[in-house]
Amino acid sequence: MTQRASKRQVHLGAHFPGVNNTTVWRDPRAGSQVDFSSFEHLARTAERGLMDFFFLAEGLRLREQRGRIHDLDVVGRPDTLTVLNSLASVTTHLGLAGTINATFNEAAEVARQFASLDHLSGGRAAWNVVTSSDAFTGENFRRGGYLAHADRYVRAREVLDVAREFWDSWAPDALVADPATGVFARGITEVEHHGAQFDVRGPGLLPRSPQGHPVLFQAGDSDAGREFGATYADAIFTMHGTLEAGVRFTADMRARAVRNGRSGDELKILPGATFVLGDTLEEAKENAREIRFLQVGPEQAVAFLEQVWGRDLTGFDPSGPLPAFEPEVTSDIAQGRTRMTKDPRETARTWRELAAANGWTARELVVEVTGRQQFVGTPEQVAAEIDEYVQADACDGFILVPHLTPAGLDEFVEKVVPLLQERGSYRTEYAGQTLRDHLGLQHPHAVPSVRATA
Amino acid sequence: MSTQIGVTIGVELDAAGRHPAAWRLPGARPAELFTAAHWRRLAETVDAADLDLLVVPDSFRLGSSDDRDQRGRLDAVAVTANLAPLTRRTGLVPVVTTTHTEPFHTQKAVATLDFTSRGRAGWQVEVSTTPAEADLFGRKAAAAPEVLWREAAETVEVVRRLWDSWEDDAVVKDLATGRFVDRDKLHYVDFAGENFSVKGPSITPRSPQGQPLVIVPVRDEPSLAVAAAHADVARLEAHDVPTATRWAAGLEGTVLLDVEVLLRRDASEAQDVAAHLDELSPGHGPRALRHVGTPASLVELLRDLPQGVGGAVLVPLDLPATLDLVASDVVPHLGREPFTGRTLRDRFGLPRPASRYAVEATR
Ligand SMILES: Cc1cc2nc3c(=O)[nH]c(=O)nc-3n(C[C@H](O)[C@H](O)[C@H](O)COP(=O)(O)O)c2cc1C
Repeated sequence: MTQRASKRQVHLGAHFPGVNNTTVWRDPRAGSQVDFSSFEHLARTAERGLMDFFFLAEGLRLREQRGRIHDLDVVGRPDTLTVLNSLASVTTHLGLAGTINATFNEAAEVARQFASLDHLSGGRAAWNVVTSSDAFTGENFRRGGYLAHADRYVRAREVLDVAREFWDSWAPDALVADPATGVFARGITEVEHHGAQFDVRGPGLLPRSPQGHPVLFQAGDSDAGREFGATYADAIFTMHGTLEAGVRFTADMRARAVRNGRSGDELKILPGATFVLGDTLEEAKENAREIRFLQVGPEQAVAFLEQVWGRDLTGFDPSGPLPAFEPEVTSDIAQGRTRMTKDPRETARTWRELAAANGWTARELVVEVTGRQQFVGTPEQVAAEIDEYVQADACDGFILVPHLTPAGLDEFVEKVVPLLQERGSYRTEYAGQTLRDHLGLQHPHAVPSVRATA
Repeated sequence: MSTQIGVTIGVELDAAGRHPAAWRLPGARPAELFTAAHWRRLAETVDAADLDLLVVPDSFRLGSSDDRDQRGRLDAVAVTANLAPLTRRTGLVPVVTTTHTEPFHTQKAVATLDFTSRGRAGWQVEVSTTPAEADLFGRKAAAAPEVLWREAAETVEVVRRLWDSWEDDAVVKDLATGRFVDRDKLHYVDFAGENFSVKGPSITPRSPQGQPLVIVPVRDEPSLAVAAAHADVARLEAHDVPTATRWAAGLEGTVLLDVEVLLRRDASEAQDVAAHLDELSPGHGPRALRHVGTPASLVELLRDLPQGVGGAVLVPLDLPATLDLVASDVVPHLGREPFTGRTLRDRFGLPRPASRYAVEATR
């Protein structure tokens, strides 16, 4: 094996399979979605695979469809930060990334929570900052529904500005803790923020954490979302998963970062990706097909059509053609999930064409159109493809979304990781202790090298 | 279920100890106070000694403005969550305040601690009284204890409802109908109170204990009222025995006496250390009964608790020295049987309650 030092390195994260339509619960190998042993298993596997981080999504209200709790996909999840803090003591190097809303959390509190995780994990914390403006989720909170959609990133920016001030409010050497001199801490400043969304004032409650600031992730795709990510984030979690879309998205995000006075490489672009392995390509494809039909059972297919058609389709047979009637355009039939389609009539028209051209039933159509980024093939093929994406700068790596809890990553770590290592595209041991080390990110308080040598 | 036999003993551990100068004592390792290693060492002692509770205090206060005092604080849920996989026996109880924190966040955090500790989670309720804490959030002004404890009572009520909002058997994974959950076993709590409203259900399924243990500190009339109405366990922060006895008379459930402790093998050494601490950082008088002395004298105190009091929460003024002595020289002399149950509720002889919504449904 020749060491190609210049080769772009693949970064991998492990997404806990949770509340989404890719998690297969019908498989007899599927375990608990909430027991700690499930989280521990996936995290230990990811760490054995030398992955950068473990990742948790968040949803603060149970999804609904037609005014009733959606019961077909996995429902229920534990508290993000609590799980990550528990995982911190059963792992040693793995980054611990949590999705926490910037809408229904207070800056002082969430800043302190992530600083606590960073302290307790020895520098492995990451915050995936997402936004929500929706009154539906807000009904679980005191601030219920108060935020206009246009203000979601206004608030997110204020939350992050204030959080960063809290993280910086103890000077780098503020924790003296010297019994001889009797000085415990000095150089603690007060944060003072008065903005459109909130006013806060006061001292940070913790010394600087090992990473200075937790690594910041962002997931959101509107123009405002991309600008926000390009300004604040260290890494972007995206759904732009194909090679072409990835190259376009990554170029756009790097350009935005540069326009915001940063280097484009500072931003790590990490699409979510599912994968299916087999001993041959044919076997992998067959496995993938089976998984897709488990993900989209007849009931799930109808539920998905309801989201596009905007109405109750009880009794509709998904083994026949798509509904012949036109979708309602104004309906918000599904609550608590990111909207799938913009113009339902347009969507219905394209789908009918697709289904007709391929001879698909309604369910088969749904299986096809709801599939996300998938690497399907032998371990060699999957490793080669992942490497190709990264070398082509379609992304910096992937957040792997296994379809099984908790063992969905085992095979990948056993079979694909060694092949990535053989290619010289993946670490053979952790080079550092912190998540910033793994991702090759600067410490926010690092002295620029020019000044250091001056 | 197997109830702890004999006196109930918990500890509250605060960085280097409750005394703000405790970090300066030999053995305190002050540079490590914010690390997992510090907490791990303490928790191992507590777990091995089979203590009933490990309480981690919390507040949004920096505390003293004096450079020489111990300041700064890790989030208590974070600390207890970190300790959950490292411990096997003791109950883990973070303080989570109700004044500025969303009840929905609190309930899912504690329920999750119950999952990661496999049924050993509790929650100690606390309010934030100061303008400094209010300023950190900028949402509302500081208020009087009566007002804050009324809000705390609403929070406990909604948290308990949310813990019940999933019936135990809500996850059905029914292959025939394609349903992961039975939505009839998930319940909107539809709580609308004086201070907030919460729709529900929780996003987190019902935890191993169903209802994690709720602890309320008693230090005045408003907190006493909340403890009487809502607590599984009350902690009396009384400065004298008559007050403790009076408060205990109004409480059902388990009542524990707070005792600040500083122990040394030699009584005069303990007195000297305590005096030394007060010299280093004056003005931190007791917040509860205080016992400075030997393990033997503490054993006596614990064997002779006031009427109506079933045990104590010991609050070491210094760590780890006092905790080590509690483990080695106090607990073995209290005649406690080793605990053979599983959950924190088991320790307190509390059955695992059915979800109120399941009970309503069968009526
Ligand atoms: C890849 C990806 C993952 C996301 N994960 C979450 C999540 O876990 N929780 C959440 O509340 N929102 C999540 N979101 C939603 C975004 O935070 C945001 O609300 C949504 O994308 C709308 O923002 P936008 O208008 O900027 O796209 C995710 C979005 C993307 C693209």
